[in-house]
Amino acid sequence: MAALAGLSPTAAAGPPPGRRGARWTPYLLLAPGLLWLLLFFVLPLVLLVTTSLSEPVPGGEVGQTRPAFRVANYTEALADYWPWFLRSVGYGLLATVLALLIGYPLAYAIAVRARARPLVQQLLLVAVVAPFFTSFVLRTIAWRQVLADESVVVSALKALAVLPDDARLTATPLAVVAGLTYNFIPFMTLPIYASLERLDPRLLEAGQDLYAGPATTFATVTLPLSLPGVVAGTLLTFIPATGDYVNAALLGGPGSAMLGNVIDSRFFRVVDYPTAAALSFLLMALILALVALYVRRAGTEDLL
Amino acid sequence: MAVASGASSGADLHLDRLTKRFGSSRAGAPAALAVDDLTLTVPAGTFFALLGPSGCGKTTTLRMVAGLEEPTSGRVLIGGQDVTATRAHQRPVNTVFQSYALFPHMDVLANVAFGLRRRRRRDAEAAAREALELVELAHLADRRPGQLSGGQQQRVALARAVVNRPAVLLLDEPLGALDLKLRRQMQVELKRIQTDVGLTFVHVTHDQEEAMTMADRVAVMNDGQVEQLGAPQELYDLPRSAFVANFLGQSNLVPGTVTGARGDLLEVALAGGGHALVPRGRSVSATGRVVVGVRPEKVHIAPDADRDGAAEPAANSFGTGTVVDASFAGVSTQYLVDVPGAGRLSVFTQNLGHAPLVRRGDRVRLSWAPEHGFGLRGDDDPAAGTLEHQDTAATDATAATDATADAVVAG
Amino acid sequence: MSAGQVLAGAAAAEHVRSGGPQRAWRRRAGDWLLPAFAGLALVYLLVPIAYTFAFSFNDAGRSNLVWRGATLDNWRDPCGAPAVCSAVVTSLQIGVLATVLATAMGTLVALALVRHRFRLRATTNLLVFLPMATPEVVLGASLLAQFLNLRIAPGFWTVVVAHTMFCLSFVVVTVKARVASLDPRLEEAAADLYASPLQAFWRVTLPLLAPGIAAAALLSFALSFDDFIITNFNSGSTDTFPKFVYVAATRGIPAQANVIGSAMFLAILAVVVLARILTARRRLA
Repeated sequence: MAALAGLSPTAAAGPPPGRRGARWTPYLLLAPGLLWLLLFFVLPLVLLVTTSLSEPVPGGEVGQTRPAFRVANYTEALADYWPWFLRSVGYGLLATVLALLIGYPLAYAIAVRARARPLVQQLLLVAVVAPFFTSFVLRTIAWRQVLADESVVVSALKALAVLPDDARLTATPLAVVAGLTYNFIPFMTLPIYASLERLDPRLLEAGQDLYAGPATTFATVTLPLSLPGVVAGTLLTFIPATGDYVNAALLGGPGSAMLGNVIDSRFFRVVDYPTAAALSFLLMALILALVALYVRRAGTEDLL
Repeated sequence: MAVASGASSGADLHLDRLTKRFGSSRAGAPAALAVDDLTLTVPAGTFFALLGPSGCGKTTTLRMVAGLEEPTSGRVLIGGQDVTATRAHQRPVNTVFQSYALFPHMDVLANVAFGLRRRRRRDAEAAAREALELVELAHLADRRPGQLSGGQQQRVALARAVVNRPAVLLLDEPLGALDLKLRRQMQVELKRIQTDVGLTFVHVTHDQEEAMTMADRVAVMNDGQVEQLGAPQELYDLPRSAFVANFLGQSNLVPGTVTGARGDLLEVALAGGGHALVPRGRSVSATGRVVVGVRPEKVHIAPDADRDGAAEPAANSFGTGTVVDASFAGVSTQYLVDVPGAGRLSVFTQNLGHAPLVRRGDRVRLSWAPEHGFGLRGDDDPAAGTLEHQDTAATDATAATDATADAVVAG
Repeated sequence: MSAGQVLAGAAAAEHVRSGGPQRAWRRRAGDWLLPAFAGLALVYLLVPIAYTFAFSFNDAGRSNLVWRGATLDNWRDPCGAPAVCSAVVTSLQIGVLATVLATAMGTLVALALVRHRFRLRATTNLLVFLPMATPEVVLGASLLAQFLNLRIAPGFWTVVVAHTMFCLSFVVVTVKARVASLDPRLEEAAADLYASPLQAFWRVTLPLLAPGIAAAALLSFALSFDDFIITNFNSGSTDTFPKFVYVAATRGIPAQANVIGSAMFLAILAVVVLARILTARRRLA
């Protein structure tokens, strides 16, 4: 509160005090961005809801709908597609957990172990972010080729007897989850790295001074202090992963389709807008509900 | 831009009933009154200090003079002109900030020349170099602020302000971040620059020693108001309130009652059995209850043993007490004496090479000459302005501002 | 656990059985266990990139599925396959437009949110955050519904609009962090030194925000270039690079796409490494 800095010398980076004629400045600054978001985010969502409640025109062309209040759209969608809901959430959770198991040690190694060598730290961070430098679609397709039966990798694994000879890796749920996990490891690693990087090494020393072994120090000091990073990372992973359909489309088969695939097909192939819209809204609601529960549990309010 | 062209010497500053209230009264959180009906004049070309503990409103006052804070009511006049309605960038005032606030993305020369360039001075660069010479940093003109030490940054901040020859130059605790030696050095520097250039300096600080050494006139502030204003010697020699007596140096304050008068001298009976004669001109009140005070270095301490021995000087006395502590402080020895009824009193004696006069546990008599004593209002709190008092006051002030802050945020 | 780790653990266990001090073993294993794991994770991250790079040299015809032999032809003629280059150009155009719009609007919003107190502050914060929390499917689908309702045919400009929308949130978050770390005293000092609010913004605030704005712009461009889902919903017949690759995946992606992908990777890698070296050198100076 810089306005009160006159009373206490420490000034926070808050709004500057007593600016005259500045009352309309914030609104002017906000106007373009806010308007854009209103027109192209809020309004479409509202439209989504109305579309999800509309009904097909009897005797009309495919895809023609008229406004209504057909709540049955939701119940039907849920009844027909609840397995896909579960599958999406399941894959999302699995991918998040796996990304955490891989990303946390990775972040720890970079933030804590490599702390003495900043050059190494920088290189490692670049390596973590490097997958972003190619197209997401290309990466996923590359995985499909890597996991394909004829690929070098699979042949080698079969030769080493790690995989049975008739194993198929593509078009399986395993491939989809693996692809999801892979694509979100940087999203998980970077926030955790940022949290761990801010960790004062003297706190760890204090833990050791107070008779805590390395494992205890980790559990009681490092882990709790890195929690904001973990929360951010899991959210950044779970939300997009659950709604993804590219991995399922490229790496999965018909048995491992996610909700995103259904929505895509309902929109473009079957041209059933009300159901597609209802499914979209349900997906968003589900994710937001899970996120809200999680955030309240984790207790981190200020993620931004 | 209508900026008064920087005079070659400063102008006077007059604050007329200046008031600043933060937030608005809400249920449970009274508005914080930072500056309360403040009126004072700073004569042109003087070095003026605003002295007070944290939370007393001195920085808020400074910011209102600079134009960075809008007063709730009252006026600011510079050189006779009412500038209250003008914005900060239009006022002929420059500030040396506590944190220096040097622009990190410009080099030292660009920083110093910034104000000149905004006012379209043709010879901005030359003037900036001259200012850097004044603070003896001309050789660092190409460096970035981040590459300078704290003391150097402070001097650049000073140069950046002085180069504009403002009507009034404000300094917001500029020496706070420096170590002791550097601080002493800078105090001398600042004083020199002020007298050389002839500007009006208004210096805000909580360090009473700093204020006394540098300033021509000092205003002691407490709780948004000026307790006393005057030359450092005046304030030190004749404080008019317990707060000033305790905040500026140290004082022994003992309550008492006026029992009579002897010509120009008031006879006072002190709590704890002592008696004092106080010159009428040195006492705020002449009848009834009064608080008598004297500085520790003016008190004479002697063992109680020669009670019937050497003739007692016709002096004031606090009575007898026991030495509770005796600390050797190099230049002086500081005694803490407990006089029942009067409290814990301090005595400073200069170390002139004698063996210590008294030791812990000794019974002693404390006395002093009448011309050194002063009288304060009878209901004045003898503990006002002391360190412990300041701590609790500061905590209360912080709590109050926090409450107001919450109220403001919620609004 | 990898085979290497299993073997190492077994060897260490041997050591224990042979009577070595237990704590020393645990410490030694712990010492290289973590770096080994990190190393493997990094290798895992780079596998598809290596694969893409390798197959960009493949002497394939239309479909780049099976290795047929190495050749430099693809690299010599990256626009050989018909639609690849036009898709890349489209992606670049959309990226630049969306970045400029999102960065400009987003910076202003970030400034308003951090530096001013106003009634809609909490709501605006929420509104800016929501697009990041919404699945791309929902964003894409709802926008498509909007465009269809307004009888606007999806195409190049609808993609620009869509990208600007979701990039806006990321720009605001990135710039907000930078604005928050800016000392407000600096702007006060500028005002104290006769700079009008506009001058202070131009000469002090903006230069100090520049790194944050640049980072936001880069992030925005990267997100736009690489976006598939939202683009797929809102592009109609316009092809961006990711969309081209996706559609071509069933038939077989031309090796030129691998070339583009690898070239992008190398270019960005070079830029990032160069930037790090420059900042490291400046810090030492």
